[in-house]
Amino acid sequence: MPPHEIPHEIPHDDVPYDSASPNPADLEARRALRVGIGGPVGSGKTTLVGALCALLRDQLSLVVVTNDIFTSEDADALREAAVLPTERIVAVETGCCPHTAIRDDIAANLDAVEQLEVLHGDVDLTFVESGGDNLTAIFSRGLVDVQIFVLDTAGGDDVPRKGGPGVAMADLLVINKVDLAPYVASDVDRMLSDARERRDGKPVFSTSLVDASGAAEVAGWISARIAARST
Amino acid sequence: MNSALMMLVDGRFPAGGHTNSAGVEAAVRLGDVHDDATLERYLVGRLSTTGMVDAAFSAHVAALVDPTEGVLEEIDAEYASRVLSPRLRDASRRFGRQMLRAGATVWSAPMIDTIARSKVAVHQPVVLGALVAASGGTVHDAALLSFHHLSAAVTSAGVRLLGLDPMSVAVVQAAAGEHVDRWADDAAWLALLPVAELPANGGSLTEILAEDHGRWDARLFVA
Repeated sequence: MPPHEIPHEIPHDDVPYDSASPNPADLEARRALRVGIGGPVGSGKTTLVGALCALLRDQLSLVVVTNDIFTSEDADALREAAVLPTERIVAVETGCCPHTAIRDDIAANLDAVEQLEVLHGDVDLTFVESGGDNLTAIFSRGLVDVQIFVLDTAGGDDVPRKGGPGVAMADLLVINKVDLAPYVASDVDRMLSDARERRDGKPVFSTSLVDASGAAEVAGWISARIAARST
Repeated sequence: MNSALMMLVDGRFPAGGHTNSAGVEAAVRLGDVHDDATLERYLVGRLSTTGMVDAAFSAHVAALVDPTEGVLEEIDAEYASRVLSPRLRDASRRFGRQMLRAGATVWSAPMIDTIARSKVAVHQPVVLGALVAASGGTVHDAALLSFHHLSAAVTSAGVRLLGLDPMSVAVVQAAAGEHVDRWADDAAWLALLPVAELPANGGSLTEILAEDHGRWDARLFVA
């Protein structure tokens, strides 16, 4: 019997888990503000996202996409902190290239963002947390609406002066862990003034995230962006 | 060859290809791949198994003229039945969706619109075939491009995960290319068969590696 005459049944139970349309026209009307959080390894991106979720989750519908180099680390940290229900946090693999995944080829992150927004339907705010990277990393405008770049006070007080696209172009620069400044001989005032010089008037906040309330000023900035969008 | 096809060949085309190691991440952890020679063995093994299946499907789709949703969904289901690992099917749909998003943003063609409407027929080889057709490529181009994407995924993962010398890995890729040039001829011929008769020699090791990889706590690549 020739092969094409052999009884041949195709299983149809393999329904894709999603039905998100890739048609960009469908996405014009989306309501979620997409916020990128970038910065070097260990600067406190995951802690900031956790604190922001804790401060904003009662007023807003939130989802988070994380890009830790080992996918599940940051997602697990956020789940363990119980800042959001598990189904609102997704980890995306970046093939060893965190900056590629937020800038040059955003396909994997965009897919995850759209899946989450379609799944939950009512999302107001989507965080995309980059894997820790270098000072040249920035988010593509195709992936996020606004971006926050996070620096560590203990990472050296000359970093804002060095500048680079992350420091210069982010919509908000956060200088984090200022509580550590006395222990590591970092001059926070100098960091703030160097950063302002590099940023052409765009805002710079200093934070200490020993508890979530330290992120209140950043949460207020995000809320204002959401309010500005909906008017 | 034309400019649209050149963009599809280019690794910088924003379709998420950089997150696919084509099983190399799992093979490295098992110790199956650890140097240029074992990478070459793995690459040739993949090209001759899953590579041939994918190339034949992409070529088959590239030969279609304005197919209906039903025809594309049948091809998609035939492909799914050749991929035993649910995780690998999921990855293939994810890569296909990403490629469709990029392709549909850049080019307009009836088959791309039909796939976007169907929301089902999004396995990567199906989408790749449709994009090659939309770019004016031939059945043979589709097969060759499918093999090339696999070669690029395997070799770049070898460079990133093992720190292999990119020059010597390029030699590995070029050597495999000599097989690919012949196999693309075969795939282009096989692609003209009815879809049920397209190759089904995917290879169980690929499926087993994918299931193992998907269970890890932490991964650098999607698959």
